[in-house]
Amino acid sequence: MSTLVQPHPFDVETKPNYLNVDYGWKSWLFTTDHKRIALLYLFSITAFFFVGGGFAVAMRVNLLFPDGLFDHDTYNKMFTMHGVIMVFFFLVPSIPATLGNFLIPIMVGSRDLAFPRINLLSWYIYIVAGIFTLGAVVRGGVDTGWTFYAPFSTTYSNTHVILAATGVFISGFSSILTGLNFIVTIHKMRCPGMTWSRLPLFVWSHYATSLIQVLGTPVIAITLVLLGLERVLHAGIFDPNLGGDPILFQHLFWFYSHPAVYIMILPGMAVISELVACFSRKAVFGYAFVAFSSLGIAVLSFVVWGHHLFVSGQSMYASMVFSFLSMAVAVPSAIKVFNWTATMFRGSISWDTPMLYAFGFIGLFTIGGLTGLFLATMAVDVHVTDTYFVIAHFHYVMVGGMVMAYMGGLHFWFPKITGRLYPETWAKFAALVIFVGFNLTFFPQFILGYLGMPRRYATYAVEFHTLNVMSTAGASILGLGYILPMIYFAWAWRKGPLSPQNPWKAKGLEWEQSPTPPPTFNFDHPPVVTEPAYNYAGDEEEVTHG
Amino acid sequence: MADSETAVAVHPPGLQHHFDDSAQQLESSTLGMWVFLVTEIMFFGGMFASYTIYRNLFPEAFASTSHYMNVTIGAINTGVLICSSLTMVLAVRAAQLGRKNAIILFLVLTLILGLVFLSLKYVEYHEKWEDHHIPGPGFQYADPRYFHQAQILFYLYFAMTGMHAIHMIVGAGLLCTLIGMAVRNRFSAEWYTPVEMIGLYWHFVDIVWIFLFPLLYLIGHTS
Amino acid sequence: MTHQVVSVKTYVAVFLALIALTITTVAVSKLELGEYNFVCAMTIAVIKASLVFWFFMDLRRSSSMTRLFAGAGIFWLAIMLFFTLSDYFSRGWLGLSKWW
Repeated sequence: MSTLVQPHPFDVETKPNYLNVDYGWKSWLFTTDHKRIALLYLFSITAFFFVGGGFAVAMRVNLLFPDGLFDHDTYNKMFTMHGVIMVFFFLVPSIPATLGNFLIPIMVGSRDLAFPRINLLSWYIYIVAGIFTLGAVVRGGVDTGWTFYAPFSTTYSNTHVILAATGVFISGFSSILTGLNFIVTIHKMRCPGMTWSRLPLFVWSHYATSLIQVLGTPVIAITLVLLGLERVLHAGIFDPNLGGDPILFQHLFWFYSHPAVYIMILPGMAVISELVACFSRKAVFGYAFVAFSSLGIAVLSFVVWGHHLFVSGQSMYASMVFSFLSMAVAVPSAIKVFNWTATMFRGSISWDTPMLYAFGFIGLFTIGGLTGLFLATMAVDVHVTDTYFVIAHFHYVMVGGMVMAYMGGLHFWFPKITGRLYPETWAKFAALVIFVGFNLTFFPQFILGYLGMPRRYATYAVEFHTLNVMSTAGASILGLGYILPMIYFAWAWRKGPLSPQNPWKAKGLEWEQSPTPPPTFNFDHPPVVTEPAYNYAGDEEEVTHG
Repeated sequence: MADSETAVAVHPPGLQHHFDDSAQQLESSTLGMWVFLVTEIMFFGGMFASYTIYRNLFPEAFASTSHYMNVTIGAINTGVLICSSLTMVLAVRAAQLGRKNAIILFLVLTLILGLVFLSLKYVEYHEKWEDHHIPGPGFQYADPRYFHQAQILFYLYFAMTGMHAIHMIVGAGLLCTLIGMAVRNRFSAEWYTPVEMIGLYWHFVDIVWIFLFPLLYLIGHTS
Repeated sequence: MTHQVVSVKTYVAVFLALIALTITTVAVSKLELGEYNFVCAMTIAVIKASLVFWFFMDLRRSSSMTRLFAGAGIFWLAIMLFFTLSDYFSRGWLGLSKWW
């Protein structure tokens, strides 16, 4: 048993919960419990993260040398597989499939999602998709870039494009089914008293994410079908030699892939809303604004995709419209950042690890988001498009933003999921290592991009050497930073101190009315909601009158 | 009987445990099916967008290829699908009334009409094959001015009608499942959700054809 | 959601309307109306689809949320078509030569 002294958690260990209610591989692989499915996803998504990360390591090693290390075709395969795996098998599913699956039914006060068997199916679909994609890796990889641009992907590439595209196609259905499940659950399964205006903002953001998943993903599905068909038939739909238009592919591809980045970031924002409220002991400032800004992001995300086509041959007039709308989509994101900051103002801030990650998110996401505006400005984009500036931009929002939010969320809800506490000192240390490693890796890339280093090149001009070495050094630190939590989480799950029901004294159904860890049907007694969300002020009154 | 006093209320047929009542379950299933159909709208939408663009870029080639569209088969198929929508909605109605034999009858009729559609589609595709209008290495086109453009347009024709046909085949499979369930007395006036859901799916596939037919077969003859 | 069952007469009436509209659209397509061929064909198709949505798929008696989702799907399709086409239609406006 643990040597730490802690509040005694009664009979947490022997009390039946979703983890100990049944053992054996069948109870996991045939489960319909959303919490177990969330863990199935957690392990598979983590595995894919490290595979995608492995490709990143290989790339950064190659980029230590101006003349590169691997041959160019191999390098092309590395950045392609890094992108495909990270985008489709890590970023898109990560928070929704793990934290969303685990928490949304509990947060709305329900026994499970609306369609538990479809939930399990969506995990199996994800695994099958992963097998196809890893199959492409094993058969030698794909070298088209994760964007699969035609006519290279349809006509000239001699790698296993169809195998990889099939994997991505299948993964889309996993995403669609998750989104569908969340939408119906949030509409139809809220417990008595849980009105829309009392929902945690985590739920609002996931609802917006689900809308994007449902509306956008089918388009990349059909795009990949057309791509595969064209690769076989060579009819010419995207091939200028045969009368087709390659820009049509880009329109269809980015119609999904731009909203996809909001599928990735909205769940991160969902987590941050929860963390900032809890660790400022204050309700989120401007609840309605934050809720509606999630919806606003979902809607606007669909009308900006043309900013990926500024230099491809899209008409100037369409580009101007897309540029303007891309500025507009920054507004709801900015509203969220302002509101989180306002939440912290005059709050009672504690520096637990989840809050460290939340701070990291707010700063780094702001930098990433602002650099997005530079890219949305057509004149600047002509200069920095397809350079490392773009790479730095999206890694700031995705890694500095999304992955930090994911880490913050994993730490915050770790006690709820496992019934144990992680070691706080190690966690703070890892957060610091990640923060330093991340900035050292990606800030030099802004400079590199501005100076003109192109992306997706295995070699570079000698004057970029120093910055590239800095970036690779940062990447090693970052990698170490990600491995540390794997180690202490694994240790804590088996040997960590048992957690009380509400270690953070947070508000929300998952902390206040559901045991830690929860039983299979989430609640011992059917929950009823009588307070607004984030009712931390209610506690204050108790303290002053106590 | 002492047990009847303490017995739990009769479990509504088909109710799954995570729902509070049958009404919530039916509403959830209906909303879920509509959300899925929205994904289908976007799925076909990508091809409709591509078709619209190429039709506008290649007006002469489009006019040329429309002469090879078999309007007769297309029109008959439209009629067949509309009939199948009627039989499908009558099957749902029969389920609402708990009439087992009527459910089976109308589902079988819907299935037969669906298979008629697919057979006519096969005839049409066979015609195209004989004309060497299937894109790929064997493609040939009478008017050499429009060879490449015609190939793109036929590619879109096959992609759109082929994807539609795949959805019809899936629908036929679902109908077989429904017929099996109906035969085994699974449906009653209290619970017939799968019939209603698959009915929604079937009508949607009909709606896709309602747009495919004029766009692919009717427009262009007179341009 | 316990509704009254819809009468067979209503369904058959809608069915006959759909058949009639199909015959109409085929007939109209044989006339020389230039650009209006497209407009007529699409109008009739929209009417037919609306009949199927409204009566056969029971949107007539569905909740507003269901109708909102159906409408959203159509609206999003319109977004995709509109913005993509706006690129193609505005390409010639700068007087640059055609790309193909």
